[in-house]
Amino acid sequence: MADDVTTPDVAASPATSPAPDAAGRTPRVRPAASARGGRRGVSSQLRKRLEIFFFVAPACALFGLFVIVPIATAVQMSLYKWKGIGPLVDFVGLRNYVSVLTNEVFTDAVVHNLIIVGLSILIQLPLGLGIALLLNRKMWGQSALRTIIFVPYVLAEVVAGVIWVQLLQPQYGVIDALLGAVGLEGPEQGWLGDPDLALWTLMVVLTWKYLGLAVILFLAGLQSVPEELYEAAQLDGAGWWQVQRKITIPLLGPTLRTWGFLSMIGSLQLFDMVWILTRGGPANATTTMATFLVNEGTQRNNFGIAGAASVVLFVIALFMAVLYQQLILRRDTRPETGRK
Amino acid sequence: MTRTKRSAAAIALGSVVALLAAACAGQGGSSGGNADTADADTITWWHNSNTGEGKEYYDQLAADFEAETGVKVEVSAMQHEDMLTKLQAAFQSGDDEQIPDVYMSRGGGELKTEVETGVVRDLTDDAADEIATISGFTGQYTVDDKVYALPYSMGIVGFWYNKDLFAQAGIDEVSPSPTIEEFYGYVDKLDKAGITPLSVGAKDAWPAAHYWYYAVVRECSFDTVESAIESKDYSDPCFIKAGEDVEDIIAKKPFNKGFLSTGAQDGPTSASGLLATEKVAMELAGHWEPGVAGGLTEDEQVPDFFGWFAFPTFDGQGGDPADQMGGGDAWSVSAGAPDAAVDFAKFLLSDEAQQGFAERNMGLPTNPAATDSVADEALSQLIPVRDGGGNTQLYLDTRLGKSVGGAMNDAIALMFAGQAGPQDIVDAIQSAAESE
Repeated sequence: MADDVTTPDVAASPATSPAPDAAGRTPRVRPAASARGGRRGVSSQLRKRLEIFFFVAPACALFGLFVIVPIATAVQMSLYKWKGIGPLVDFVGLRNYVSVLTNEVFTDAVVHNLIIVGLSILIQLPLGLGIALLLNRKMWGQSALRTIIFVPYVLAEVVAGVIWVQLLQPQYGVIDALLGAVGLEGPEQGWLGDPDLALWTLMVVLTWKYLGLAVILFLAGLQSVPEELYEAAQLDGAGWWQVQRKITIPLLGPTLRTWGFLSMIGSLQLFDMVWILTRGGPANATTTMATFLVNEGTQRNNFGIAGAASVVLFVIALFMAVLYQQLILRRDTRPETGRK
Repeated sequence: MTRTKRSAAAIALGSVVALLAAACAGQGGSSGGNADTADADTITWWHNSNTGEGKEYYDQLAADFEAETGVKVEVSAMQHEDMLTKLQAAFQSGDDEQIPDVYMSRGGGELKTEVETGVVRDLTDDAADEIATISGFTGQYTVDDKVYALPYSMGIVGFWYNKDLFAQAGIDEVSPSPTIEEFYGYVDKLDKAGITPLSVGAKDAWPAAHYWYYAVVRECSFDTVESAIESKDYSDPCFIKAGEDVEDIIAKKPFNKGFLSTGAQDGPTSASGLLATEKVAMELAGHWEPGVAGGLTEDEQVPDFFGWFAFPTFDGQGGDPADQMGGGDAWSVSAGAPDAAVDFAKFLLSDEAQQGFAERNMGLPTNPAATDSVADEALSQLIPVRDGGGNTQLYLDTRLGKSVGGAMNDAIALMFAGQAGPQDIVDAIQSAAESE
């Protein structure tokens, strides 16, 4: 564990020039190891540390190169006004942050993200749990049903998005045609074109897309519930519902909480499906933080503003992740004491 | 055991170091390796005619140039969006070896940024003859009286319409430059005949924004717009009037169902697709429309029903009726390029090169010697209007640059969604321009 604390330093220092530092560090350590070779205890401890370092270093180097460096670059970029060409010279301090945080499109985007976080869990948790419990029973066509539910998750986001765009096409799309066949009419501007409906339509597509992940995780969790508990409960005369309520769901807790975390982070970073379905429109009704920053960055070349938005997104995601970790996931990582 | 572990560890570490070293060497190597391609015997050229006849023609031009001068042209034909992304990345690298010698420029604010950062070469003196030949079109590629790109194609935006559907709606006479009343007459007749008059890809914002740009060209004089851009002061009432004109058009509800979620050109249910598949009667689009439509029909042929007329004029408008709105493509030479690159850009503007370009319907040539060579009938209709003596205002989002242009387009898209008025658009432009 101690190495976990020290290794970020190792990773952070080569961030600017990874190769020389990583290479430079080894010779410095090695002579020390051979000099103290006579003292067995110290030597073996050192060797252990060295080994840990050797195995952790690649991961840390990659982490530094692809996580720490980009974050640092984003922070740096967010303090400048920069159009994407030439050196960073126009230092504006925190002005980009002010502009992002007072921009109604961005604050709306944060609200949309939070709505998606909340609704994803509220909709997919009961629905996914229900389907998982159903599919966990021995029944005809079980594996076929499992596959059907999991297929949307396997489909590439872009492919699924384009299919939905076609399905939801106003007037000529399949959904409006089906509605027309039973004498109903789709909304005037289409499901994705009406600012009041677009976010809800997006939620439907997201539920369709990600329900499979919830179900598959829950099913995996269900496999780990010991069979004996069910048998014991049955002997005690518990009904199916009682068994689910008192045994299955409590024992599924860690899986549910982990899924909740994944779902939350995914919802905060949501980009591709929105970009394909609506580009954040109509009238910014489906903008998320990620579409906002792509729009400002690569579309409008306001890289400073995009940098500031990405830092805000990072801070929000980090805050929520830590909060979730502290409040909810913690009971899973604590040593198992009183649990039976 | 320990020994094995240690050696494994050493291998692991060694490979990381090697990988990192390789990564760094890769960077250094590529810049070093390209150094010998930067000499005067080889130039790099990026363009976006990446399919069919257009690609073949450009490859042939490159070969002809090499035969004539002995300078080898390394051609990179890319899909348009890919090219823009790669250009942006090349400019960001600031490395002359990464930046192509001859590349496509769209002028306006983007070019201004390139000039300010010193990545593009001044062609005013080096290509003086060519610039004189195409002087009618170099205005949008001029920054502080210096010309930084040679426009080779200049198109204008207008209404492409389906002649069959117009006839079906009983519209016998279509004016090549109608008044707004005449235009509304078409819309009403189409409506009565149960035909959707117009499609617009408001999801992508810019197709909707073209309405506003054109209304600005009609309501404001060319100089008013230019001086507003120069002084970053958009308080002239003509900009509000333009917004009101667009609101009037939207209030007629002439657009396809669900236009807010309709894309510009992606597939048969996009705005262009709806026109190509005869679901709507008209679309406001640029000179690319026949080409785009050809890719969206079932038989992949350019439909033969295309007619074209200019954006309507308004009573008491402040703009010259001969002024049009459009845009073009030009060849720029990067600052670090050898002189041969300038020769190549000039070669691309020569009479022969432009005539071949026109014969293959690759665009609307700027060289007057080639304007009669445009083979396609629908396309050639645009030439007299374009060359009718008025100014051609660049697409305003390109003109204003990505930052202000993006803010403007989004505000106009909001107007199409009924959530912004004429003043909101002007405010969006004003505040984006001020914070630039």
